[in-house]
This record gives sequence, C-alpha cells and structure tokens, in this order.
Amino acid sequence: MYKILTKRTLGPGIREYVIEAPDIARVGKAGQFIVLRLHEKGERIPLTIVNVDPETGGVTLVIQEVGKSTREMGEQFHEGDSILDFAGPLGEATEIENYGTVVCVGGGVGIAPLYPIVRALKAAGNTVIGIIGYRSRDLMFYEEEFASSCDELIIMTNDGSYGKQGFVSDPLKQILESGRKIDRVWSIGPAIMMKVCADITRPFAVPTIVSLNSVMIDGTGMCGGCRVNVGGVAKFACVDGPEFDGHQVDFDLLMLRQGYYHDEESCSMDAYMAKQAEGVEK
Amino acid sequence: MIHAKQTPMREQPAAERVHNFNEVPLGYSPDEAVQEAERCLQCPHEPCVKGCPVGIDIPKFIEHVKNREFGQAISVIKTDNSLPAVCGRVCPQENQCQGVCTLAGRFEPVAIGRLERFCADWEAENETRYANIEPDTGKRIAVIGAGPAGLTVAGEMRRRGHSVTIFELLHVAGGVLMYGIPEFRLPKHIVQREISALCEMGVEVKVNKVIGRTQTVQDLLDGDYDSVFIGTGAGLPRFLGVPGESLNGVFSANEFLTRTNLMKAYRFPEYDTPIKVGKRVVTVGGGNVAMDSSRTALRLGAKESFIVYRRSEDELPARGEEVHHAKEEGIQFQLLTNPIEFIGENGNLRAIRCIKMELGEPDDSGRRRPVPIEGSEFEIEAETVVIAIGNGPHPLIPQSTPNLDLNRWGSIVADPETGLTSIPGVYAGGDIVTGAATVIEAMGAGKRAAVAMHAFLAEK
Ligand SMILES: Cc1cc2nc3c(=O)[nH]c(=O)nc-3n(C[C@H](O)[C@H](O)[C@H](O)COP(=O)(O)OP(=O)(O)OC[C@H]3O[C@@H](n4cnc5c(N)ncnc54)[C@H](O)[C@@H]3O)c2cc1C
Ligand SMILES: Cc1cc2nc3c(=O)[nH]c(=O)nc-3n(C[C@H](O)[C@H](O)[C@H](O)COP(=O)(O)OP(=O)(O)OC[C@H]3O[C@@H](n4cnc5c(N)ncnc54)[C@H](O)[C@@H]3O)c2cc1C
Ligand code: SF4
Ligand code: FES
Repeated sequence: MYKILTKRTLGPGIREYVIEAPDIARVGKAGQFIVLRLHEKGERIPLTIVNVDPETGGVTLVIQEVGKSTREMGEQFHEGDSILDFAGPLGEATEIENYGTVVCVGGGVGIAPLYPIVRALKAAGNTVIGIIGYRSRDLMFYEEEFASSCDELIIMTNDGSYGKQGFVSDPLKQILESGRKIDRVWSIGPAIMMKVCADITRPFAVPTIVSLNSVMIDGTGMCGGCRVNVGGVAKFACVDGPEFDGHQVDFDLLMLRQGYYHDEESCSMDAYMAKQAEGVEK
Repeated sequence: MIHAKQTPMREQPAAERVHNFNEVPLGYSPDEAVQEAERCLQCPHEPCVKGCPVGIDIPKFIEHVKNREFGQAISVIKTDNSLPAVCGRVCPQENQCQGVCTLAGRFEPVAIGRLERFCADWEAENETRYANIEPDTGKRIAVIGAGPAGLTVAGEMRRRGHSVTIFELLHVAGGVLMYGIPEFRLPKHIVQREISALCEMGVEVKVNKVIGRTQTVQDLLDGDYDSVFIGTGAGLPRFLGVPGESLNGVFSANEFLTRTNLMKAYRFPEYDTPIKVGKRVVTVGGGNVAMDSSRTALRLGAKESFIVYRRSEDELPARGEEVHHAKEEGIQFQLLTNPIEFIGENGNLRAIRCIKMELGEPDDSGRRRPVPIEGSEFEIEAETVVIAIGNGPHPLIPQSTPNLDLNRWGSIVADPETGLTSIPGVYAGGDIVTGAATVIEAMGAGKRAAVAMHAFLAEK
C-alpha cells in the first residue's frame, strides 16, 4: 500500500497528490512516469512524475479527471488514504543538457509533466521560454512554479479569460518566425497540440521532443499495447519513450489508437456514476 | 488385465464452457485416481522418471495413489516438484513422462499428469505438508521475477535456511501463470495458493518492484543481498512486421491475455480494464499461447474464432490436450497459411490478407520450412487479430546490467548446469535464458541454480 501524504485541488477536476514511495522518490527523474492501481478491481493507469523528494519519500503527481479511474481517484482518495499499487519509475528520462535557448510548450494536463523538465533544463543552464495554455482561467495551475523557473513565460487561454487568447502553438510560431535562435523545443499536451507544434517547428528544423500518452497496461514493455509509429518503426512508448522526436511521430495513428476503447470508457463511467448515485440515495 | 484407455476425466461440456472462464477438466475423484493408478506397471527401469525434467519418482507416487495413501503420494511428488497443482495441469506430458511410458506403445500411457493434479488438489483440500526449513544461515538472496523459475529458486533457497526476497514488477506474483495462462486452464487461486505457501515458509514477496528501474541488479548486490537470481522470463511480444499491424483490433497475445487474465477484463465493468473482441477473431500461431488466445476470444463473445498457422497440424507446438479442447470448442484451423497484411477501415481492422503455404526442405529446427505459394493470396474478414508467434527476452534487466553477457537474441548467457551468469554471484534461469519454453523447464533451471547458489553462499 502507498500512502497519500498530501492532496491539493488545483482547479476543477485537477488535483495534485504526493504519494509515499521512497524507492521511486530516490531515483525518479523528469520525463519518467509511474503506473498505479487504486484498488483490487482497478486498472493500471500511467501518470507522469511531477516531482520527487528523496527526503520525505514523496512522489508528486498531477491528475486531471477525464474518465472513471481518474475521477474515482479524485473523488474517493484523500490525504491519509492508501493506493494499492504504485510502480516505477518507468520510461526513459528526459535528456537534459545545456542546449542554449529552449522553448517548453505545455497544454492542459501536459503542463504538470512539463514542469520538472523546465526546472532541469533551467538548472542545466538553458535559457528557458515557457508557453503554457489552458482552456480558461479557472483551469489554471502551476503559474508561479513556471514563472520562477522560466526566463520568459507566455500564458495562453483559449477563451482569453487570462493571459493572451489563442493556442500555445501561436506564440511558438511567432518566436520561430521572429528569427530568434531556438535550439530545442519540448511540447507536452494533448496529441493534437503536439502534432500542431511539431508541424510548426519542422520547417525551422528545430528538434522537437514530445511525450506520448498512448494507452498502456503494464508500462514495462510486456504487452505492446502502447505501440506508436516513430519514423516508420513501431516503438513501445512505455520503454522506448515516452519522449520521442516529434517530427517522426505518426500522431494520427496515436489519436486513432487512443480512441479505441471510447465506448467501454463511457460504459465504465456510467457504471461508476450510477453506483455513486445509489450511494447518495442510501 | 490393463485397460487400454486412460480413465477419462470429467470435463465441462464444450457448448457450455465456451461461455464461461471456469476450469475445463474437473479432476479425478479418489476412485477414479485409484483406477488410473492401477494401470501402472511399476516398470523397474522407470522410463517415465527419465522423461520427467525434474525426475519425480513417478512409479512410487503412483503406487501410493493405488494404495489410497494420497498424503504420501504428494510428499513423493513434492520432493522434486514444488508446483504440482500447476504442472499437473500445464506440462506437455505427451512429450515427457507420458511420451516414454511403457504403455504408450500399445495403449494409452498412464495419465501421469492427471494423477499429479489429483494429488496436489487432494492436498489442498485435506492437509498441507510443509517442507522442513533448515536453521537460518544469515545469508540473503534476491530473486528477480516471480514466475515458475523464480518461485522455485525461492522455495529451494528458503528450505536451505537462507533469507529470500522476491522482486516482481507486476502487482501480483506468478509470472505467466498469472498473466498469460487463462483461468479456464489454470485457475488463479491455485497459483496464489502456491505463492501463499512460499510466504508461509518465510519468503518475502515484493510486488511493484521494477528491477532495472526502481533498483538495479548492482544495487541489490551492493545492498543487502549476497547473491541474486534473475528469472524475468520472455515477456517481450513479437509482432509479424507486416503492414497494418498498428490498426485498432490488432493485439499481441500478451496484451490480449494480460487484459483478460491479470486485469480480469472478462468481468468489465466490475473490473476497470476493458477489452474488445469482434465477431470474428483470428489468432496467428500454433503454440499454447495461440490456443489460449483463440479459446479466450470465444469466451469473450466472439462468434467465430480461427487459428492461422503457417505449418501443418503435425507441427503445431501446443500441448495435445489444448488442440483437442480447441477443436471441441469449434476453433477453426486455417493451417499452412500466413498473414501478409492487415487491412483496416477508419483505423480499425477489417480483414487479414493471407497467403497459402506449402512445406519445403527441413530448416534449422528440423521441421520442414513453410514456403509461400505464389498467387494463393486470400482474405479473411475479422475485427480482431491476436498475434501469438512467440516472445523475446524481457529487456529491462539485460539493458540495465552492463556486465551481463547476452547471446545474439538478447537472452542472458548462463551455465546450463549452475545458472551462473558472467557476473559472480548472479544466476539466471527459465525463459530469460532459454527463450520461451515450459513451466517445468523453468523450474528445473531454478532447482539447479539453487544448488549452485547454496554452494556459492557456503564458500562466501
Ligand atoms: C506515459 C503517460 C503519462 C501520463 N501522465 C499523466 C499525468 O501526469 N496526469 C494525467 O492526468 N494523465 C496522465 N496520463 C493520462 C492518464 O493515464 C489517463 O488520463 C488515464 O489513464 C485515464 O483513465 P480514466 O479511467 O480516468 O479515463 P478513461 O475512461 O480511460 O478515458 C477517458 C478519456 O481520456 C482519454 N484517455 C484515456 N487514456 C488516455 C491516455 N493514456 N492519454 C490521454 N488520454 C487518454 C480517453 O480517450 C477518453 O477520452 C498519462 C498517460 C501516459 C501514457
Ligand atoms: C499464454 C501462455 C501459455 C503457456 N502455456 C504453457 C503450458 O501449457 N505449459 C507449459 O509448460 N508452459 C506454458 N507456457 C510457457 C511457460 O509459462 C513459461 O515457459 C514459464 O512461465 C517461464 O517461467 P519463467 O519463470 O522463466 O518466466 P515468467 O513466467 O515469464 O515470469 C517472469 C516474471 O518476471 C517478472 N519480471 C520481468 N522483468 C522483471 C524485472 N525487471 N523486475 C522484476 N520482475 C520482472 C515478470 O513480470 C514475470 O512475473 C505458456 C506461456 C504463455 C505465455
Ligand atoms: S513408464 Fe508408465 S507404466 Fe511404467 S512405471 Fe512409469 S508410469 Fe508406470
Ligand atoms: S504498456 Fe505494455 S508494452 Fe507498453
């Protein structure tokens, strides 16, 4: 069992958890993830490591409620409770070097996993330009964290309720078109956002790293369910990634595969909601 | 007079069992077991014992069964085999003990596997016999991987008085016995019973420990452990490398079986992990894994389930009983056939393009090589395909252990007698060394490694 040390709500349906897992806290690095299972009947869900604290043994996660498991976690698992299974760190860590000037683009829940990368890049001596985007102001989190780690920070909201209105890809394009020398780009968020960013940087030949969130089960290379097509070759996102060269990734295939269980996911959610409603009546 | 035929074992009828995940063969009653035991000739030269990879004293245990001394029978078996309830169900007996049984020439061989299963199940229901444990030696060993190889090493080393910790990356111990072999062939409570018995002996099982990531082999050696055993299996699924393999609906057997067995997708939405099967499912391959996948597909609701295999029936590597059960259940065999392309529609599988094969000259394995017949391409419509063409060595340990010698397939090089690897104090066995093989061979490797590790610790 893995104890929840702290739980904090960052916005509607967005929570930050610190879970006690000392051996993972000792070795986990930016770019890696864990797999957790809430209870005996739960599924294995992959979540990125946002921070580790070797002293307290805490591993920080930020979770956006999108379906049954993430919702159940957010609603039912509180500080002091325990999670049944928690394994990691999985995947390859981000390659951190002093590249020069880098742009780190994060959208939605991709902002959380981007944060440790930003910090590590800054610590390695890079000039870091952050671009983070939210649907609207009420969904914002980690603004201060980013502001204190980035040399420049651009905040976008789709509805213009805070920062500039538009998509994160807009300022990325402007920066590249301005002729400023950018040595590397990270783009983490929904598949469509990563695809658009990769398409923008391609003509400028700026290496662009994306983090792929394909559907996973074991997260250790045993099932092949997470396979993605990178440069025409099938790769396992859980062990060969999750970070890949964004210019080589077949995003359309990724999106098709992510949608495969759509009907089952709704069914699972409906069953959960029905059970909750029953509980309330009693 | 000897009965020519084996005492039959009661089974769930095919028409019924394709709709559930309950075990197919129902086991012998004591009377049936005695009746079968009476067929044994007690051959003085014991061919069956030589045919058993771990050398169980088969005539002796059968004699006890005949005399209704079931407790003594299981003790005899357990001297050499610590997982009899598992082996009695999944060993390829026809290539081992039963294949060389004296009766096998003229009659059906003694049903040794069924008798082994009977004894193990009898023990579970009646009494548990624990191995004697030697006094504590103060030595500590780490076992990586909780499959049959690792579990055997753990039991054998604990018995010799060493303290044993198993590290397993999944959330349960058991390896393929838990995530691969389906419930209807090997009920999971039986595997868990064996693991609980190990825990009662004092073996510590740590799940969710991904060695190579959470800790490395070197960390274990530098830390608390005097010696390490690697039994991480052949968990890396192979794909065909043909166009369309990333379409939705194309599964590796590992994914298909892991979702179903380990994650219990057959009880979705009670359990959270889903699985999808189409009306028509094709499984590619001819081994146990393929039989398990095609039969699982039926139980998940497929209307038709096919096996596509590139050689002929004689070469099917699966256990005879599995092929037999598969046919009873209505699995359709498309032999001498190989897939060449998966055809999709909107990202989902729609059909499989295949080519007919014929058998040519023998290849390295001594089997006749299948060669495609030009112009014989045809399509099979299917919404789901399961690829069961074999697994490679699990790569995490090989990749994270710099001084570990590997062969050209990425398997760990280990001494066949002792399991010693290129790193002093580090031993390996089971599928991670041999490539995908059998439960009993993995256990045999575990037993040999335990003997060598024990000697190593005595000198240390
Ligand atoms: C390597 C990796 C790291 C991840 N890190 C984080 C993280 O730090 N924080 C976080 O909130 N989520 C993260 N995810 C996504 C997270 O695992 C999924 O959101 C979660 O599994 C959904 O489970 P569910 O039962 O709540 O939703 P489901 O019912 O399974 O899905 C609901 C919706 O979410 C979509 N979805 C399902 N699985 C994924 C997925 N893997 N990626 C994207 N969308 C998905 C579905 O298409 C569907 O629309 C990560 C995924 C991967 C592969
Ligand atoms: C579907 C299927 C059906 C089969 N049917 C039969 C049959 O009928 N009869 C038969 O004899 N054989 C059968 N086999 C083969 C048999 O199951 C294997 O040969 C046997 O399980 C090998 O045992 P093992 O201990 O070497 O490895 P495994 O059983 O593969 O166990 C290895 C364990 O190590 C763990 N592991 C891997 N890497 C790490 C790591 N880095 N850190 C920690 N843990 C790790 C894995 O999670 C796994 O639990 C079948 C196999 C499959 C897949
Ligand atoms: S070979 Fe067959 S008949 Fe002879 S002892 Fe062994 S099981 Fe009995
Ligand atoms: S999640 Fe199973 S191989 Fe990647």
